[in-house]
Amino acid sequence: MNFETVNELLTSIWTVWAVLIFAGIAFWAWRPANRKRFEEDAQIPLNDEG
Amino acid sequence: MSSSAALSTGPSPAPRYVEDVIRVAVILTMFWGIAAFTVGVVIAAQLVWPQLSFDSEYITFGRLRPLHTSAAVFAFGGTALIGTAFHVVQRTCRARLFGGAPLGWFVLLGYQFFIVIAATGYLLGITQSKEYAEPEWYADLWLTVVWVAYLIAYLGTVLKREEPHIYVANWFYLAFIITIAMLHIVNNLAMPVSIVGTKSYGAWSGVQDAMIQWWYGHNAVGFFLTAAFLGMMYYYIPKAANRPVYSYRLSIVHFWSLVFMYIWAGPHHLHYTSLPDWAQTLGMVFSVMLWMPSWGGMINGLMTLSGAWDKLRTDPGLRFSVTAVGFYGMSTFEGPVMSIKAVNSLSHYTDWTIGHVHSGALGWVAFIVFGTMYYLVPKMWNRPAMWSTRLIGWHYWIATIGIVLYITAMWVSGIMQGLMWRAYDELGFLQYSFVETVAAMKPFYAIRLLGGVFFLTGGLIMAYNMWRTIRGEPVAAAARPRPALAA
Repeated sequence: MNFETVNELLTSIWTVWAVLIFAGIAFWAWRPANRKRFEEDAQIPLNDEG
Repeated sequence: MSSSAALSTGPSPAPRYVEDVIRVAVILTMFWGIAAFTVGVVIAAQLVWPQLSFDSEYITFGRLRPLHTSAAVFAFGGTALIGTAFHVVQRTCRARLFGGAPLGWFVLLGYQFFIVIAATGYLLGITQSKEYAEPEWYADLWLTVVWVAYLIAYLGTVLKREEPHIYVANWFYLAFIITIAMLHIVNNLAMPVSIVGTKSYGAWSGVQDAMIQWWYGHNAVGFFLTAAFLGMMYYYIPKAANRPVYSYRLSIVHFWSLVFMYIWAGPHHLHYTSLPDWAQTLGMVFSVMLWMPSWGGMINGLMTLSGAWDKLRTDPGLRFSVTAVGFYGMSTFEGPVMSIKAVNSLSHYTDWTIGHVHSGALGWVAFIVFGTMYYLVPKMWNRPAMWSTRLIGWHYWIATIGIVLYITAMWVSGIMQGLMWRAYDELGFLQYSFVETVAAMKPFYAIRLLGGVFFLTGGLIMAYNMWRTIRGEPVAAAARPRPALAA
């Protein structure tokens, strides 16, 4: 399998891997274990006196 | 300039941040806003009374129109974005701007220089004739230098941050800076005829040129006018409301869905052209999918106020920001509808498009900037509040009425125009000549002009209020908000 075949394969299924990456991000964002840290991150602007 | 005294005397709450650059950006934003609205009113008047170009080539509609769009998008919007980006990145990273004040000044003033050489060129007839990418090669090269400096200042600040997490507003600003760099360079690849001449020839031709132009054009909307101002929303609405964003997790999904989808939507500007059908359909499908991030973002912005809706009554500055989010939801609902081929066959090339652009530009972009400025001016000059809260209320209502007049006039005019173009008589001939459609639109052009005058008047009220605030006059007693009196 040379570079061109791999490139062609990945290009032709770009929607598939784009959807997979996006699904991974959504999973990371909504994962219950991450709830607390994101609630803390949301406070960043308000922790500043200005 | 009276502001220079205020610049040096304004005690800064956090001297470790670069703030003079932001103060000047705030003033320049207001200046360019008034300039953009004024030129808009002039060209709206020219469409009602064509004789207003006085037979001078320098002020024909064709030259003033790019002056208006560039002044609104790049000068007013861009300067607001540079100023607020520097403010947000320093505050949320708790780090001084990378490169300090010198790099900040270079970016801000270098960008102003770009605007001036681009704008004066339009009046002299120097243009690449690409919509929203009119500046010729020398201005484009200079902007590239400035933009790379902007990226270095921004990214450098993010990299040396003290806050472990990069707050989501920075993601939006960074996506804006990076994407605009890419779009600007690819769309403007050109060969100058001579090193001392203004004329150049673009690298692209034919349908590729059209596709690259609208890949650029639509993503200028997506990343300049949407993503960047969403960065503004995600910082200044929580600050003004003193509440965290409704759902931080939704903001992450909002960001990535916007980034994944927007980049493909450009072909909807080229429906029923020689662009291949599959590309047109691709553009349409991704445009319709954009409903999801748009409404996710709108819900996130609006729900940030849940439990604090009373603030809208007492803080008209915040009212601007929240109304902006409403207009964001509305115009990004309308956009995908217009990208559907069947709808586009009616709407394209008509005034409906102009109305759509202005519900986004006036309702979303300008309103979120106004809301931000009403928050930022007292903060930056260390004043308790804007000089007059009542005048903010006046600005709000005058500008809102102006937008409503503008977009309803353009809806009626545009749909009428589209229907007249496609009307056939019983023998199969076109029912109307082109000039008949023009004559039919005249009353709506007059209503649009009135809407523009309202919007400009609101802007002048804001400039006056800002000037009084910056000069440091005591808050006008008569104009103090009622709750303040009660308290």
